Amino acid sequence: MEHVADGHEPVVKEEEAIQHPLGVYFKIWILLFVLSAMSYAVDYYQIQGYMRWFLILLFMVLKAGLIIAVFMHMVWERLAMVYFILLPPLLLLTFVAIGSLEADWTFFNRAIYFLQELVQTGPAPPPAH
Amino acid sequence: MSAQNVASDSLELKPGLEGVIEDWSSDQRAFKGVPWGKAMMWIFLVSDTFIFGCFLASYMTVRMSTLDPWPNSSEVFALSFGGAPIPLILIAIMTFVLITSSGTMALAVNFGYRKDKRKTFWLLIATAVLGATFVGMQVFEWSKLIIDEGVRPWANPMGAAQFGSVFFMVTGFHGTHVTIGVIFLFIMAYKVSKGHLDDRQPGWFTKRGGNYEEIEIMGLYWHFVDLVWVFIFAFFYLW
Repeated sequence: MEHVADGHEPVVKEEEAIQHPLGVYFKIWILLFVLSAMSYAVDYYQIQGYMRWFLILLFMVLKAGLIIAVFMHMVWERLAMVYFILLPPLLLLTFVAIGSLEADWTFFNRAIYFLQELVQTGPAPPPAH
Repeated sequence: MSAQNVASDSLELKPGLEGVIEDWSSDQRAFKGVPWGKAMMWIFLVSDTFIFGCFLASYMTVRMSTLDPWPNSSEVFALSFGGAPIPLILIAIMTFVLITSSGTMALAVNFGYRKDKRKTFWLLIATAVLGATFVGMQVFEWSKLIIDEGVRPWANPMGAAQFGSVFFMVTGFHGTHVTIGVIFLFIMAYKVSKGHLDDRQPGWFTKRGGNYEEIEIMGLYWHFVDLVWVFIFAFFYLW
């Protein structure tokens, strides 16, 4: 799989990397186009509510998966590297959980504070531009 | 490290979960069978994932906590070509431009490994031009929001001020990534056309000889930029 060039620099033999036929890339390319068009259609036809969020996330995950798997060659990598790349970003879900808890708390306090202010002073004048 | 050691090392590579444990507990290198530059690019991209991930998580937090109405991006980014305004059309075109550039990049990597210099060069140029088109459309989008709509990082006449902060921060950071990518694509295209990768000539930043793996590493970066846009498109523009 590897040989040593220049005495110290290991490189992958390039014949290994050209095994993927071009057709794969064209198919994925077309799929990405279709998925992009479909996620745009979600907005164009103004689909709302849970259906909108579901479709947006579905098309997003499919597009991201295709790009990572094929265009970034992840399906051809060894698992040791795949896990190293895909597992750490899951930690971001922790941030999302903490962030949403905090946002709800902030929203709650702002609602109370600003509503009190509104009751005492009346509505604020429109901002000048 | 002798050539013999590397050869015997690679012969013992195991598949599956056992391979993961073997690779990670092995001597000297955890990432077998990939050039070091590719492993380093992936490490950089994982760190970049965290940067954009934190941006998007903060965006979620400020959007959830604001009392002011969030502007309807479908209307904000609508464009009219003579007739009625088409919702979000500018962003849709930008998305298609970036996806197209990802396709030409993937083909450039493939033709690079086939040592087809001419095709690789033109595909890299096409990718760079599409990337520059994307940045150009972003400039148009920014100037429209800044000049016509009066959106600022600290203010937004259409509703929540946080919309301005998030918009400039997230799309600005992404646009910077695209711009850097375009510059390096042109550099890489130059190197390909001059045959630097065939002759293993070192680049400007390194003494290591050039190699067609460089195009794959460049491609990883470019696809990542496209990948980030997929998430920005979903969460910022469509949500």
